Amino acid sequence: MKLTSEEQSMLDGSQGEAVREAIAYQIEVGRFFDAECFVAVTNAHMMGDIEVMGDSGLAFLADRCAKRAHCRIPVTTNARCIDFAHAKQLGQDSAEVEKERRLIGHLHSLNVVTTDTCINYQTVYQPHLGEHVAWGDTGTVIYANSVYGARTNFESGPAALAAAITGRTPEYGFHLDRHRKGTLRVRLRAALGDLADWGAVGKIVGERHQNYFAVPVFTDYHRTPLSDELKQLGCALASYGSMGMFHMVGVTPEARTEDAAFGGQIPADEIVITDADVERVYAGYDLKDKSASLVVFSGPQLSLFEIKSLAERFSGRKLHRGTQVFVTTNAGVKSQAARLGYLNPLEEAGVTLLEGVCFYILQNLTIMRVANGWTNMISNSAKIVNIIGAHKFNTILRRTQDCVDIACTGRLL
Amino acid sequence: MTAPVLATLRVKRAFGPVVEGEALVSEEGFSPRYDLDRWSGLITKPGHKLEGLSIVDKVCFFPTAKGGIAAGWAFYDIRAKGIAPKAFLFGVTNPVMVQGAVFSGITITEGFDRAPQEVVKTGDRVRVDPSRMVVEVLARV
Repeated sequence: MKLTSEEQSMLDGSQGEAVREAIAYQIEVGRFFDAECFVAVTNAHMMGDIEVMGDSGLAFLADRCAKRAHCRIPVTTNARCIDFAHAKQLGQDSAEVEKERRLIGHLHSLNVVTTDTCINYQTVYQPHLGEHVAWGDTGTVIYANSVYGARTNFESGPAALAAAITGRTPEYGFHLDRHRKGTLRVRLRAALGDLADWGAVGKIVGERHQNYFAVPVFTDYHRTPLSDELKQLGCALASYGSMGMFHMVGVTPEARTEDAAFGGQIPADEIVITDADVERVYAGYDLKDKSASLVVFSGPQLSLFEIKSLAERFSGRKLHRGTQVFVTTNAGVKSQAARLGYLNPLEEAGVTLLEGVCFYILQNLTIMRVANGWTNMISNSAKIVNIIGAHKFNTILRRTQDCVDIACTGRLL
Repeated sequence: MTAPVLATLRVKRAFGPVVEGEALVSEEGFSPRYDLDRWSGLITKPGHKLEGLSIVDKVCFFPTAKGGIAAGWAFYDIRAKGIAPKAFLFGVTNPVMVQGAVFSGITITEGFDRAPQEVVKTGDRVRVDPSRMVVEVLARV
């Protein structure tokens, strides 16, 4: 890789050992992808919690602190694995809770802003067209690339932290024009009236094209989609297809026309999605023992509008005996929702609202599943339905109102 | 004496030290978050084509990468716990798998010159040499 004099000084160690280690690591990753140089980034978003990092990751952060690492650009954190106010109720391991506190302390020492959210793009920072950032999780990446026209690859925790320490990232993948052009066409001829329908579309397209560099171009949709709809679509594409970018003609900034979206490339595939295709997704789930004891609204965290909608749907109702419902969001949305009175109907119905976490990354989840006798997990998020498998849940995607009805009646259809 | 090479696969990109180990060949993609019990090294996702099998010390062949941002820290964690594979060999990967493998010093490659199933089966002994961009089959099951 070609290095500037500033980057060379980082590699020489003149800016300290932590900077030297960070850029040396980035160079190895850049080499793998044939990156020719670095690109400066303005913002980083990192995953960092004890569930995924473990003791070795915690020790790595402590070592960064000992080496006086300091993030030079604004860097925020993704959803984490412990909501301290609910840790006991959830049966989370007290030793791990304590480690999570230490981990957060290390992040603060490194100049990390612990926002604990996977919807930073809706609530914290909205990069502009052409702005280079270094983000993870995958839902944040696909939204940044597609909806804002910003430029980022999937940056895992250590990679985003390295980018925050050096202020740059290797220039490959979605930082380059050539990887941002559409590679397949998807004609959206379905109503898509519920958020879960958008996730179903992501599942259909993602499962058929599991390729980071596949860029679907959506056409033919009959109205302007909302941010929460594009969020569900993006999260599902990223989850099922490991995709980092999509276009929607007339909606996303690099797709004012079909020609602009494809940039001269011939689409390798064309998919037409109708209402029947979406219905087939819902019909495809095995209901196993028909247990309806766990309904989850999470992965990604909910926006203020999603919380408002759930509050209206649960208003005046009560959860079925034996059913637990979890909703996750970030601290900002939660406090606004409380101020606006959206939390009362949820609490009165018996819904548990968790803050700063996502359900699928909760510490102790497998043990929690066994302790509660959960078999099925029902959700309106196609992403969480896909991602939670290692914990041996049987997962079922349902529309938002169906999820609410299942939670209140205990009947899974 | 060097073992004779029974078959060779060429890869497109590679990182890491030369490693030898038992092959685990999957027809389904992989994510440490979606599919793996990160405390035992077993594939636990219900219905995964390798469900119940261990990736510990294996040379793992996967057609695709699934998801997911977790691999960065997760590979470092499973390496520290002593349950990492010897290598991850992907048909198509994503940056997170590479970032995680580089961070933890696990050998990783991307791209095969033909379907791995044509030349290697689960249980075969293989060697991965990133500097020469090759995977060599050393012994059959």
